[in-house]
Formats: sequence, C-alpha cells, structure tokens
Amino acid sequence: MTAETTFQPPDALQPVLTGLRERFPEAVAEVRGHRGEVTVELDRAHLVEVATWLRDHPAARFRLLADLSGTDYLKLDERPERLCVDYHLYSFDHNVRLRLKVRVTVEDPHVPSVTGVWPTANWHEREVYDFFGVRFDGHPNLIRILMPEDWKGYPQRKDYPLGGVDVEYIGAHVPPPDTRRYKGGWTST
Amino acid sequence: MSEARPTVDEAVVRPGEARDLPPAAAAERVTVGERRTQQVIAMGGGDWAEVTARADAEGDDELMVINMGPQHPSTHGVLRLVVELRGEEVVDLQPVVGYLHTGIEKSTEFRTWVQGVTFVTRMDYLAPIFNETAYCLAVEKLLGVEAPPRAQALRVLMMELNRISSHLVWLATTGLELGALSMMLYGFREREEILDILEDVTGLRMNHAWVRPAGVSQDLPDGIEDKIRAFVRDMRAKADEYETLLTNNPIWLERTSGIGRLDLDRLIELGVTGPLLRAAGLEHDLRKAEPYCGYEQYDFEVPTATGADVYARYQVRLAEMRQSLRIVEQVLDSLPGGPVMVEDPKVAWPARLALGPDGLGNSPAHVRHIMGESMEALIHHFKMVTEGFKVPPGEVYVPVESPRGELGYHVVSDGGNLPYRVHVRDPSFVNLQAAGPMMKGLLVADVVAALSSIDPVLGGVDR
Repeated sequence: MTAETTFQPPDALQPVLTGLRERFPEAVAEVRGHRGEVTVELDRAHLVEVATWLRDHPAARFRLLADLSGTDYLKLDERPERLCVDYHLYSFDHNVRLRLKVRVTVEDPHVPSVTGVWPTANWHEREVYDFFGVRFDGHPNLIRILMPEDWKGYPQRKDYPLGGVDVEYIGAHVPPPDTRRYKGGWTST
Repeated sequence: MSEARPTVDEAVVRPGEARDLPPAAAAERVTVGERRTQQVIAMGGGDWAEVTARADAEGDDELMVINMGPQHPSTHGVLRLVVELRGEEVVDLQPVVGYLHTGIEKSTEFRTWVQGVTFVTRMDYLAPIFNETAYCLAVEKLLGVEAPPRAQALRVLMMELNRISSHLVWLATTGLELGALSMMLYGFREREEILDILEDVTGLRMNHAWVRPAGVSQDLPDGIEDKIRAFVRDMRAKADEYETLLTNNPIWLERTSGIGRLDLDRLIELGVTGPLLRAAGLEHDLRKAEPYCGYEQYDFEVPTATGADVYARYQVRLAEMRQSLRIVEQVLDSLPGGPVMVEDPKVAWPARLALGPDGLGNSPAHVRHIMGESMEALIHHFKMVTEGFKVPPGEVYVPVESPRGELGYHVVSDGGNLPYRVHVRDPSFVNLQAAGPMMKGLLVADVVAALSSIDPVLGGVDR
C-alpha cells in the first residue's frame, strides 16, 4: 500500500486520531490515508478496548460497524502477517468513516472477537472464518456460514488450490482459472 | 429419554468441523447442545397422523424445532429458518444461509476490472444497477477518475427506477404473503413497465452490466425520455391506488402493525441500515449523508416513520417510491449533455455499443473502423478487451444507498489488471441477522410478515 505523502485526515477525524494516540500509544501501529480514507492499523491485543473506546467516546461515536472483511496479502507484500481483517466503522453523529486493520499470520490466526462491542460482527466474523480461517476468540458460535459445514480449507486464501473442470470430450479438461490463457498463470502485475 | 438418541446439535455439527474450532468455542457449542436435548423426528412425507402420533408417544417436551425452508415460497429464495416453537409461539429463530453461494467474490479475482461488473450485477438480483454502480464507483476511486456528468446523471436515473422496481417486488410479495393478492398482481404489473424501460436502455431486463468503470456502456435510446415521463405520471396514480388498497385496510393493519418491532439502538447494534432504520425514526440516507453521483443536486426528502414495525417499513418504502419518482423527473429535466464515458483511451471501453434488432452489440461503425481503417485501433481494442486496464495499488470502501440499505464495496488492488480482492457488504446479509431478535415471541404466521419486512434477497446474502 502506498501512503500518500501529503495525508491530511478529515477535520472530524482529527480529535479521534489524537485521542487514539494518547489513550492507546502502544496499540496503534500505523495511521495512513489513501484516496481520502483513513486506516488505523492495530495490534490485535488491544482491538477490543480500542473498539469500545471508538464506539463510546463522544468525539468518535462509531456506533455502526458497517463492514468487516478479510483479505489475504500473500504475494502482495513481504510481511508474514498475511491475513488481514478490516473493520469499516461509521459514525452517525459525525458522519465520518474509519477503517481499522488487524493483521495476523496463518500459523497463529487468532483475533479477538468484537461481537461484544458490535453484535453485527457475528455473521461477518463467521464469514471471515469461513473464507480465511481467522479464529475470532470469544465469538459465540464460530462455524462456517456460506460454505458447506464439512468443507475443507479456506477458499478465499490466495494459496487455495482451484480445481479445473472435466468436460465430456475425450481428453478434454478446462484448467483452473488462474492458469487459463496465459502460460504461467494470469499474473495480474 | 434414552441416551442413545442424538441431540439436535449433535445431528447438525460434524465432528471434523468441531475439532477445527478453537477449544473454547467447541466447549460452548456442547453446552448449547445439552440445553436442548430432544428427540429428532425425521419426516419424509407420509401420513401426518402417524408422525404426530409418534411425536406424542415419544415426546415429553412442548418445544418443537422446525425448519422453515430452504424450499418455502415466503422465504424469498433459499433461506432456511430454524424455528423453535412452543405451540404457535416462536421461542427462538436462527436463519441458516449459504444455499445460493456461488463464490462471486473469488471469481472476480480472475477476471479483468471491467468484467467484474458482469459478476456483481448478479448478486442482489432485484437491484442490479446499484451493485454495478457501487462497484464502478470503487474502481473509479482507485483509478482517480470520475465519470462524466451525463453518465453520473444516467446512473442516478437508472438507480432510482431500479429502486422503485425493487420496492414494488417487495410490496407485491409481501402482499401475496399476507393474503393481499391484488397487490401482488399490481406490483408485478408496474415492475414490468420499469423492466421494459431498463431493457430499452441496457438491452437486458436484469443483470445489465450497463454501468462500467468510468461511465456507462451506452447513452439513452431515442424516445425513451417520453416513455419514462409517461411512466412517472402513471406511477404516481398507481401509488395512490396502493394506498387506497392498503394503508387503511383493517386486515393489512392487523397483520402488520406492531409486528416485528425492534428499537433503533438494537437495530444499529445489529448493523441494520436502509428502510428498516428509517422506519425506526433515524433519518439516515447515504444519498444525503455522503452524496455520490451528484445526488446533492436533486431535491428530495428522506422519509421516516416511528413505528419500527412492519407497517412503518411499508410506509417508508411507499414514500421512498414517490421520492424516487421526484428524482427521476428532476434528472430528466436537468440531464446534462456530453459523453457517457471518459475520453481517456487508457480507461474507456474501446467499443461503441449499439442496440440492434438482435440485442446489444458493437456498433457497425466501430467494427468498420477497426476492421477496415485503422490497425492501431484494432490493436488497442484487442488489448483493452482481453487485458483491460491496470488499476493503481490501494484499497477503498465505497458505500451506496441500495433499496435495502448500505451496499458497500471493499476493493483492494495490487496494481494489476485484475482485482486483488472484492468484498461486498450486502445489506441483505447484515439485515438478516436482525431476524432472530425481531421474531422472538411472534406467532408462526407473523414470522412471514416480519421476514418479508426485512426484504432479504438471497442472491445478495450468499453471493
């Protein structure tokens, strides 16, 4: 991710970011802006207390967890913490948005659940568990939600093997989508 | 009760999955299972009297767990509700989703940015234009380009028509489920007129792929403006007709008022947005709060109600249809001229599309140009269509106000010609979580009304 050098967060977010840095100096790993959106990267150990503060503090009041999504950063950067969970917050009072980001490794994919802060996280976290295998500690019912219950593996990870398709023609086989058309795969960069 | 009989939860949880869970969560699931130790009565058809006799003979508990769906007409698709009943009363209710999962988010990672439109339009199939627009706005934000004013206005026009058609389907199916059969016929009749307009403009009734990154695929056809104006005029009268039919109808009031009530704080906790939130009194609409596509130019109101029940949601949706008609008229009155796609050849789709007698295709003039006149144009066309354009690295989250609430696209780019990750925050998926809290304590017949008021579209829920 390229950080814009002249990053100026929206006015409504200034007190929030200052408050966050003062209150949780050890939790905030990085604050950056891109295309007008502000991202705060957090240490997972402090996620729940930061989330509670952001929800309740009068300068923030992020009462709506608009979205919670996962991304696998394999091949995109070198960090071993390739699994990423993004929390998109919205504040009705101040009409601003903020993105929280927590990154973990595949070997230790544990993130504390925020279902206690925003109950809406329940299904979102099940979805991220389903597709990326991130374990949300403290989640009341962490089971798969969209894939079948007995599915093996986490399909949205970037190293998840994609199957080809056998077609009814002697010797014919449609290769997996990431190997079609171009030799060596559809590399996007 | 004998020990050998499986509990309800044992029958549901696969052993492999339980092992895969962190130990704490697995332990919690077992306690849940022990709470409901009941016998499972498998029903595979046959004589109902025999089944109930067996249940009477074996059962010592009044609680009954029953599946509503996934094949049930009033679940709006393949939604399964696991309902725990004491007699007619709902004690607990759990929605089970995933039957329509098609892996759209993953599929977009192996197609170009432009092809992504074709996937996302199929998610929430009652609001395809919203999916396309939100996705394209996200791609444009990453690219740092903005569609020309005429394209923006056309998107607003089509979105508002689409909003009316989506609300009409909601009104029609809810009417059907609550016994107002005429409402079903009227709703689908008017929706048909909107689909005709959408077909005239895009070439298709649904799954249009008409909104493209940096513009729209083609301009309005000749004569469509009169058709839309005529529709707006008719629709006003039709909306009055619906009101006459339903608003003071004692049966409709009886079936909807006070049903499925959930207060504002609880709705916000559950992440619910859209008409459900406005029906609980919060005047929140992304078209006003964070305007996109030039919504700030149009004069419209955000209808709210205070009942927070099924009737209030009906009021809000009906009022929204009237507001959408206002916006449609204003767009037609102030439609700016100019191109419908950015001029930048590095981003714009090279082909000029035209509607022929056999549907949408490349315009004959464009085909003549690339095949007969310019080798460079042919190469450019070929490169843009097969490889597409590259999008600078970064990530954005773009929300729009769909008929069901906040439809958000979280899009990550690695700088290549394919999306790195597209995540969709579909309002149906999030709003459906409110089903359980909303329906506890209701009667079985009211579950249908309350579920319908959430207006879930399973294509969007399961993606």
